[in-house]
Amino acid sequence: MNMQTKTWIEVGALNDIPRQGARCVKNGEMTIAIFRTTDDRLFALEDKCPHKNGPLSDGIVHDGCVTCPLHNWVISLETGAAQGADEGVSLTFPVKLVGETVFLGL
Amino acid sequence: MTEHTHKQKLVIVGNGMAPGRMLEHLFEVSDQYEVTIFNAEPRVNYDRIMLSPVLSGEKTYADIIIHGEGWYAEHGITLHQGDKITEIRRHERKVISETGIVAEYDKLVIATGSTPFIIPVPGSDLPGVLAYRDLDDTDGMIKAAEKGGRAVVIGGGLLGLEAAAGLKLRGMEVTVIHLMSTLMERQLDTAAGYLLQKELESRGIEVLCEANTKQILGSDKVEGVELADGRVIDASLVVMAVGIRPNTQLAKEAGLEVNRGIVTDATMKTSDPNIYSVGECVEVGGMVYGLVAPLYRMAKVAAEHLAGASEAAFAHAETPTKLKVTGCDLYSVGDFAEGEGREDIVLRDAMRGTYKRVILKDNKVIGAVLYGDVADGAWYNQMLISGEDVSEMRETLIFGQAYQGGGTVDPLAAVAALPDDAEICGCNGITKGMVVAAIKDKGLTTLAEVRAHTKASASCGTCTGLVEGVMGVTLGDDFKIPEAQGICGCTTHGHGYIRRMIKAKGLKSIPAVMQELEWSTPEGCAKCRPALNYYLVADWPGEYVDDQQSRFINERVHANIQKDGTYSVVPRMFGGITTPDELRLIADVADRYNIPTVKVTGGQRIDLLGVKKEDLIPVWADLNAAGMVSGAAYAKGLRTVKTCVGTDWCRFGTQDSTGLGIKLEKALWGAWSPAKLKLAVTGCPRNCAEATCKDIGIICVDSGYEIVYGGAAGLHIQGTTVLGKVATEDEVMETVCALTQYYRETGFYLERIYKWADRIGYDHIREVVYDNLEARKEYADRFAFSQIFAQIDPWAERVAGVEAHEFKPMATLNLEAAE
Repeated sequence: MNMQTKTWIEVGALNDIPRQGARCVKNGEMTIAIFRTTDDRLFALEDKCPHKNGPLSDGIVHDGCVTCPLHNWVISLETGAAQGADEGVSLTFPVKLVGETVFLGL
Repeated sequence: MTEHTHKQKLVIVGNGMAPGRMLEHLFEVSDQYEVTIFNAEPRVNYDRIMLSPVLSGEKTYADIIIHGEGWYAEHGITLHQGDKITEIRRHERKVISETGIVAEYDKLVIATGSTPFIIPVPGSDLPGVLAYRDLDDTDGMIKAAEKGGRAVVIGGGLLGLEAAAGLKLRGMEVTVIHLMSTLMERQLDTAAGYLLQKELESRGIEVLCEANTKQILGSDKVEGVELADGRVIDASLVVMAVGIRPNTQLAKEAGLEVNRGIVTDATMKTSDPNIYSVGECVEVGGMVYGLVAPLYRMAKVAAEHLAGASEAAFAHAETPTKLKVTGCDLYSVGDFAEGEGREDIVLRDAMRGTYKRVILKDNKVIGAVLYGDVADGAWYNQMLISGEDVSEMRETLIFGQAYQGGGTVDPLAAVAALPDDAEICGCNGITKGMVVAAIKDKGLTTLAEVRAHTKASASCGTCTGLVEGVMGVTLGDDFKIPEAQGICGCTTHGHGYIRRMIKAKGLKSIPAVMQELEWSTPEGCAKCRPALNYYLVADWPGEYVDDQQSRFINERVHANIQKDGTYSVVPRMFGGITTPDELRLIADVADRYNIPTVKVTGGQRIDLLGVKKEDLIPVWADLNAAGMVSGAAYAKGLRTVKTCVGTDWCRFGTQDSTGLGIKLEKALWGAWSPAKLKLAVTGCPRNCAEATCKDIGIICVDSGYEIVYGGAAGLHIQGTTVLGKVATEDEVMETVCALTQYYRETGFYLERIYKWADRIGYDHIREVVYDNLEARKEYADRFAFSQIFAQIDPWAERVAGVEAHEFKPMATLNLEAAE
């Protein structure tokens, strides 16, 4: 990753993402999940659980975390780190909201 | 059947809990009687102690039935419901009923119970003034509560407070009027009465002590209550709970000796040697009784004397009092008035709001009042009964049993330390020794079995934890005591409590449940949210909007997630029947979307494995076009109904098992349930459809259909248990729908039907959904209503655009991948 090349890319509108839910952005081979919390904060993680690559975008979102649908690992939306006794980190990406438009930093 | 057996005629007037229990004891030891029961109430025997949970919405009538209609039939009892005895002709040994039925008896048992005392103030006969005594009163209160407004409860005793708490939970404003200066003054001292009053007031119940009712206001219905001091309280409902009086009219007219109650000797015999009496109508040893424990002891004594010569005699014993208001824990037993030579040991904890007082005389426990922390109630009661000298542990007595003998805090050690004659179940007079003996002699391993065999914890249920403790001590590692812990880290409440509160408090959204039940996390977690969502879907059909974000992904996208993040798609094949057209279409779909694996499932349908998420919608659209709908192979809900070919093709088939299976699947598809639900219909007992290991199975026989349930063939393997036999397909449909609905309403999330049945009891389930035709129909009707909102094909909805965002990326970027 080269930090200098980060650019903000428009990926859609806030309301494309349900509260306590996630939507995906395809970026070449990689899928990035953008999460929206109850209080409209946004987070982006690679759509891959550090455990067995489960699609985090399909998990249940609660209190700043998402629970992976495959084996119930709980991943922090902010840091991408597995919670509790599990160890592993998913890639995180910056994401921002301008008005109603969602931008992803790549 | 011996032809010359001449059975004696036993007639019972009244069908309450005391005579019901008496008959149970009697049938255990003797079959010498042909029994006829006259019941003024038009119902079977139900558990009156549980009226308060019915009022508060924590239980239903069906839950509190003790003897279903099947029980009466099984014992050859003639039951006249809603028919009152008006005359006893003792010299002719006959009773005569209101409708003119004449019944002869060899022995007669009078169990007319009691009537609530109505204070004779002006207006007490107005519509809207109710007593609190039977199911009609309870129903009346529930109906009144639906209209809202204020209820005035006259009487701050046990029943009055339970009524007040129930009405409050039902959403009414409530005022309690009590003549004395503290609540429940007969069971509590002033300190505990004060704590109780504070607790009730914190729930928004207004309590007026030293308040005397002057009159009830209103012209054609209740409008208010006027007190002696001139205060007026507006009210749309007045509940009188000021006491009961024994129903002695019939006995008195028959010339039996009657004082406050119908006078009996210690064998429960009245002044006429052929007439016995049990229950609240009785006066024995100069006392009348209203709590269930002494009434059950009367029942046992009477049964033994009816069965033949016996030494059994009724003796007075102190009965502990408990209040059945969720969250108000109090326990009192014995004598706690202050007096000469009495010593009090008191422990107060203002922070925790607890109060404990033990009353000693001559170094023996003679009474105890506990509020807030009642765990040691049974222990103090044990010392009261045994009369042991407590001077050795006087210093630590008040801290409870855990602080005695080395200070163990292991609750099992406390149970292990109880002597064999320690009373475990106060309602039924069951001791530890009796429970242990039953477990060992009969090889009991579940709580349901222990309840069935001993009755311990089968009445009010507050001793369930103790009974489980005894099972733990007796069975060791073979019995795991269910932990009363929260369903997840977000709450301390268990599934049962949460389900009851959702109904009782009318909670209709996940945030409402979390707020009212004090969740410790703001949004719950992946364990509790799907559970709450299911409970709300099941409890409020047509009102609650399913929260997609609280569903596990499989139920959100209506397909099964696989290890690589692709999905499997299973279209429904009703009863396992398909057609060449459907098969051709499935083949085409598999080709068109490059679906790598096509597999025949154990539930008689076809699984398409490896479908990409973004292909789900087009795959469904193609399957829908040929009339195929979601097989819900991913759902905590109805999965499949497996069938054999039955009379259509099989030379052994006894009924149209395929047709019935299709009918069942058409009625049940779409229903959500606590866990997955798989059925099978097999055309003969050879069981080719493997019905005897399904959640619910139907076994066709020549004369009809045997309905079985509670099978398991996963991690755990278990054969089904018979629910009952019915003659027609319509009865199969109604019974299966009722069973499913009862499971839906009372099951815990992810609890398969066999675990549910183990927990709540096969006998109990049979009584509710099979024996009791009225309840069976009620549950089946509720199921049908719920299906109106559930039978919508989720695939078709999504093909039409619902939740479209779920299935495709919100953006696809065409950047060069940065290396």
